[in-house]
Amino acid sequence: MASGVFVFAEQVDNGFKKSTLEAVSEGRRLADALGEPLCAMVMGGGIAELAGGLGTYGVDKVLASDDTALIDFAADAYTQTLHQAIQEMGPRVVLAAATVTGKELFARLAAKLDTGLAMECSDLAMDGDALSAKRSLYGGKVIATVTVQGSPMLATLRPNVSDVVEAPKTAEVVSMAPVTSGGRTQVVDKQLESGGKVELTEANFVVSGGRGMGGPDYSLLEELAKSLGGAVGASRNAVDEGWRPVSDQVGQTGKVVSPKVYFACGISGAIQHVAGIRTSDVIVAINKDDDAPIFRIADYGVKGDLNEVVPAIIAEVKKLKG
Amino acid sequence: MNIIVLVKQVPDTESLLEVDTANATVNTQNVKWIINPYDEYAIEEALQIKEAKGAGSVTVVAVGPDRSEQALRTALAMGADTAVLVNDAAAEGSDALGIAKVLAGVIKEMPYDLVIAGVRAVDDDGYQVPAAVAEYLELPLVTAVIKQELGEGKITCHQLVEGGSLVVEAPLPMLFTAQKGLNEPRYASLPNIMKAKKKPLEKKRLADIGLDAALVGTGSAKVAISALALPPERKGGKMVTGDTPEALAAELVRLLKEEAEVL
Repeated sequence: MASGVFVFAEQVDNGFKKSTLEAVSEGRRLADALGEPLCAMVMGGGIAELAGGLGTYGVDKVLASDDTALIDFAADAYTQTLHQAIQEMGPRVVLAAATVTGKELFARLAAKLDTGLAMECSDLAMDGDALSAKRSLYGGKVIATVTVQGSPMLATLRPNVSDVVEAPKTAEVVSMAPVTSGGRTQVVDKQLESGGKVELTEANFVVSGGRGMGGPDYSLLEELAKSLGGAVGASRNAVDEGWRPVSDQVGQTGKVVSPKVYFACGISGAIQHVAGIRTSDVIVAINKDDDAPIFRIADYGVKGDLNEVVPAIIAEVKKLKG
Repeated sequence: MNIIVLVKQVPDTESLLEVDTANATVNTQNVKWIINPYDEYAIEEALQIKEAKGAGSVTVVAVGPDRSEQALRTALAMGADTAVLVNDAAAEGSDALGIAKVLAGVIKEMPYDLVIAGVRAVDDDGYQVPAAVAEYLELPLVTAVIKQELGEGKITCHQLVEGGSLVVEAPLPMLFTAQKGLNEPRYASLPNIMKAKKKPLEKKRLADIGLDAALVGTGSAKVAISALALPPERKGGKMVTGDTPEALAAELVRLLKEEAEVL
């Protein structure tokens, strides 16, 4: 009989992202509801300390696959090793953060295990023997409650919609030999922002610019984001104009974000954009145009020239933060 | 080089959707249907590869009802050579694994060097079908690709991940999923739209690909939608008042701190 909750704790550059710790905390919550143990798996190179540290978030047992071949995301080795771990442990539910890696890995696992998987979930709960979760469809235009069945039941968790909760205990760390044979893909290079930059989907404050920016100079928005410890986003228009990278795009054809505060600067508020920001706690719109649809959904509207208003906001935030 | 592209027809991203909460379905009568935008990047990349090689074929494959033919015709008008549509009532209500089994069943009968799909479909936002197809066909997989270079028997993919990108090498045949940024999809010209009407579009049933109907459809689905709702409506709040940019900013920050308590 399947039992327990199992979390794939993705490491990047020998650290955990906030989204991964959120997944671990959600795993603890679900394990408590079931009265069953929480197990986590870490794959990487030189990760012993990192693995043991998961006890801070209430993990009972950590499987650690420590191998230089696992330092970067080795798709086949990760899939096979996690597959083997799941077969040995026989968990009821398996979770991960919905990162690019987490989603790719879990999509393959679901096919391998012929089991149910729900991507980018929130509000996980047991519904009898099934796992229920909420997820947004159509880039946030519709919210679905889905029921996942199978053994185990898989889900990836949307970043920034649950909390990181400390529940310290001493985690038992067990090493597990990885399955590295037969790997077909290989990471030959990587360009990752090192430290400091806050991930768009994980940020508490998102400052986005649209067509009203008038060009690729986003330095004002970057400064406001920096003063708040947040991230910069962009509308589809701004990305299509080539002003901002694709990875900054917010909306149905970009990222769905749910920060504490979303600043929409010079963004008119197209349906597909609004879909991606709807779950923000507070939306602030700054726009010259009285009739901009964004004002109809913003909690606070500021009518004005963003080139004048944003610097003044930066000054106020700096005053506040001392 | 023979390339297969997975295509899905989805509601236009500019459309407002109505939800039938009693039946947990989305009302699609008044919806305009389009090719999933990410699939357009996949089609464009396949066409560019074929054009660069000067040889080969691009085949677009979809699972869906009759209206899906329209999405495949659009792909043919963009320049794809042939299309296959699996339209079978038994496949309705399939979850991602069910759809992937059908697609894999079609593809395994065809010669191919490369399979390309969109990184996700903008209706169910599932991210699941292409990866499952790769598993069923035992193909190497790279998701969220923003640039690729084809070599001799191999491909180098730039994968967009959180905070940057990874460069991943894989042998052919393989499957990769297209992320925005990979290319600028072309528009189908009027003459090409006319020509596309005469291009081969093959319709298949599950029996034609030798797939047991019990493996797909509602009955075999392991993920089901139990309820649908529109997100809580956001109402416009207040306009911040002030005579100067400085006054507006001061009032906004005060409201964020004291009223919304988020600063």
